[in-house]
Amino acid sequence: MAEDLPKAEEFLANIDYKVPDTAWMDTPAEIRKGMYCYASNPKSVEYLGLPNARKWNPLDDDWQLPENWQEIIHNGFKERLERFRSVKVFMDICVRCGACADKCHFYIGTGDPKNMPVLRAELLRSVYRNDFTKIGKLLGRAAGARKMTLDVLKEWWYYLFQCTECRRCSVFCPYGIDTAEITIMGRELLNLIGLNIDWIATPVANCFRTGNHLGIQPHAFKDMLDFFVEDIEEVTGVELEPSFNRKGADILFITPSGDVFADPGTYTCMGYMMLFHYLKEKYGFDITWSTYASEGGNFGFFTSHETMKRLNAKMYAEAKRLGVKWILGGECGHMWRVIHQYMDTMNGPADFLEEPVSPITGTKFENAKSTKMVHIAEFTADLIKHNKLELDPRRNDHLKVTYHDSCNTARGMGMFDEPRYVINNVVNHFYEMPANTIREQTFCCGSGSGLNAGENMELRMAGGLPRANAVRSVHEKHGVNMLACVCAVDRAALPPLMEYWVPEVDVTGLHELVANALIVPGENERTTDLRGEDLPETEDDADE
Amino acid sequence: MNFKYLYSLILVIALFLIAYAGVEMAGMQFVFGILVPYAAVVIFLWGFISKILCWANSAVPFRIPTTAGQQKSLDWIRQNKIDNPSTTIGVVVRMALEILTFRSLFRNTKMALHKGAKLIYSWEIWLWVGALAFHWAFFTTVTRHLRFFTDPVPFPITLLEKADSFFQVGLPLVFQSGIVLLAALLFLFLRRLLEPQVRYISLAADYFPLFLLIGIALSGILMRYFIKTDVVAAKELAMGLVTFQPCIPETVGSIFYIHLFLVSTLLAYFPFSKLMHFGGVFLSPTRNQANNTRMQRHVNPWNYPVNTHTYEEYEDEFREKMIDAGLPVDKE
Ligand code: HEM
Ligand code: SF4
Ligand code: SF4
Repeated sequence: MAEDLPKAEEFLANIDYKVPDTAWMDTPAEIRKGMYCYASNPKSVEYLGLPNARKWNPLDDDWQLPENWQEIIHNGFKERLERFRSVKVFMDICVRCGACADKCHFYIGTGDPKNMPVLRAELLRSVYRNDFTKIGKLLGRAAGARKMTLDVLKEWWYYLFQCTECRRCSVFCPYGIDTAEITIMGRELLNLIGLNIDWIATPVANCFRTGNHLGIQPHAFKDMLDFFVEDIEEVTGVELEPSFNRKGADILFITPSGDVFADPGTYTCMGYMMLFHYLKEKYGFDITWSTYASEGGNFGFFTSHETMKRLNAKMYAEAKRLGVKWILGGECGHMWRVIHQYMDTMNGPADFLEEPVSPITGTKFENAKSTKMVHIAEFTADLIKHNKLELDPRRNDHLKVTYHDSCNTARGMGMFDEPRYVINNVVNHFYEMPANTIREQTFCCGSGSGLNAGENMELRMAGGLPRANAVRSVHEKHGVNMLACVCAVDRAALPPLMEYWVPEVDVTGLHELVANALIVPGENERTTDLRGEDLPETEDDADE
Repeated sequence: MNFKYLYSLILVIALFLIAYAGVEMAGMQFVFGILVPYAAVVIFLWGFISKILCWANSAVPFRIPTTAGQQKSLDWIRQNKIDNPSTTIGVVVRMALEILTFRSLFRNTKMALHKGAKLIYSWEIWLWVGALAFHWAFFTTVTRHLRFFTDPVPFPITLLEKADSFFQVGLPLVFQSGIVLLAALLFLFLRRLLEPQVRYISLAADYFPLFLLIGIALSGILMRYFIKTDVVAAKELAMGLVTFQPCIPETVGSIFYIHLFLVSTLLAYFPFSKLMHFGGVFLSPTRNQANNTRMQRHVNPWNYPVNTHTYEEYEDEFREKMIDAGLPVDKE
């Protein structure tokens, strides 16, 4: 963890919601260490063929922009106003009522007024008024318009990378103005002149080349899953045989590569593998992994719509090549926003696939009949509902669990009850966080949309504060010690967040909990959970 | 310091005085009673329609509703059909509730850092109350005004008048909507001025419509209850305008021209300002679309082909390694 962070109490004491004395237009952004991510590596930018690859540093005065950068931004803006009604309408209709202001986790955690969604949007809106509206041209600043200058550009960059595109603001806005949409557009404009951050650009380049953000090459990907096979054998005594790139399999499975790479995501990955093995043994379930489409996540989404489409194309391409019937997707947040709201539109129609049907229960996934991709929480909930899984939730009795709705599956999809149903069937002690912090009002982990780097730890701890604070409240009230989630970025971002704000609480994926409870055919009696931690004494006389 | 509201206030007072001076000193009844209102209506209609067309001309490439409730998925999981609609009917209900009851604003909360350690979010209903009161009072007032533009006055409008002055004893009838309108506007203004965060985000363009509306409401109330105007004559002028036989009755007082001038300003200003949220709320893509993207493909009119990294290119780069690891390959 970042060494230069103050103690948690000090951090809290330093949050100041007082507004500055100077008007926001007269308060230039000061790019501060700990709050921003490093500039993109020129090699990654070049590999993707994106504009203005060069080495640059946000702290330098000179950002080495193309000579006509103002023109590029202006034209890019114009083009996007025509392509996206959302942007045009959102530029025009905000009444600055302020209902969104204190809904943003970054505002709550920093007190910086430019982190109020409305002001974040005004950063762009002010330039929009100047460039594209009559009244803005006529009245200038009196109408809230201002010219695009280098200072304004730097302000854009700084604050557009302090928004995790979580959409919480849009739930409260009386017109549904979605500042995430404005951030998406703003970042797209910034990319036109080469102003990306490396934590996004390099994973994107990796993903383009190797199929996943982490740059894991095919043989290494297989190796990693083989390690898990060994680990699982140690815990359960059962030997698994995951299959890769196999033509003719029924179903293709795609999950974020983070699950393959780092704890505690790895346990979730083992969870998937055990579930698939269970289903294969019992019901002849037939699924394959892919090394080419080995990334569910899509950092292209945080770059531009075009880049998102370029990365996402692999999913359907691979499903087609392998000749599977449909696709099953792992636990991830933004991955699911992309699949749910964009994939079919961008890269469909997937007419070479079949409407998804669970081969085990016969359930038709009507809600996925066009996109042909099912979320694993939907899939597993259906299995449990049909009594197809043999479960012993007592093996999770050492855990007091709460559940974090990931922003994207919450507000960009609406998946709330499926994961809760699964949790309630595999865990005996489940407690909800306060109502204003869950479901559609869920708070972001503070590190979404490509901001989970190491160098911006202060920003992440600030953005994650509301989430952590809600976890703390159930920790104190019910002794919660495990935070469950369905998102790979969460599994990477929440552990340091918990370590900082609520060190007593650990983080898990949904399918790790499932796998702990799942009684796999032929397994030895388990003495530890997947993490190798001793299981509580299970009482033989079921006393409930 | 923050003088934005002062500029707006001065501007509205100036408008007030212009109309007064124009009529009282320069005798420009014709300008303020006929030319300006016609011009304002033309600008309003032209501006409003072109703005809507301008929005409508932009594509809706993706279906991106904000989902604020349980999605439709498995049969036994109860969908929230309003906050996460998957059908047109659901969308219509969601939109109707947004437009008629400001449902999203109703959710509003206020955050506070309690004792410097615990974040608390409490329900904050006053903005919703003030906003809803203002809009409905405004709507009632505008509708009531139709009696000046119709002859005979249609029954629903007479009925509305009756309802609006329900608690009345004695004369003249006091319309509750006028009082509520003014009170709500004052509340919205004070909130803007006194709440530091809201003041910080406010532009001059946020104060101006408030003052203008307050000016309209005040001049209307003055005219009705204090500086009596010849109502019959006012109706004559209004009827003249709508029947395109404009006339200037002698007995209309200058307070009426002030009222009319402020309304004209509002109309002309409307299409170029944030007041266009009136039209925009109907077109907001996060609210007016169904969440059924996985069920029904949404077509992007400008979807263009992009450069991707194909499986062949991938295998070409990693073939050796794949074969060594025992992974299947297409080309040996
Ligand atoms: C479908 C129609 C409309 C809807 C759904 C609507 C909704 C809203 C909402 C939710 C607000 C935010 C709350 C607030 O700040 O008070 C608002 C603000 C406002 N609306 Fe409307 N509105 C509509 C039509 C109009 C019209 C026709 C006017 C005409 C003058 C108007 C004038 C205003 C003003 C001045 C504000 C800002 C109040 C402030 O400064 O706090 N609205 N509207
Ligand atoms: S809630 Fe909506 S209208 Fe109100 S300030 Fe925020 S973005 Fe603007
Ligand atoms: S999308 Fe989320 S992070 Fe971005 S402004 Fe809105 S609330 Fe804040």
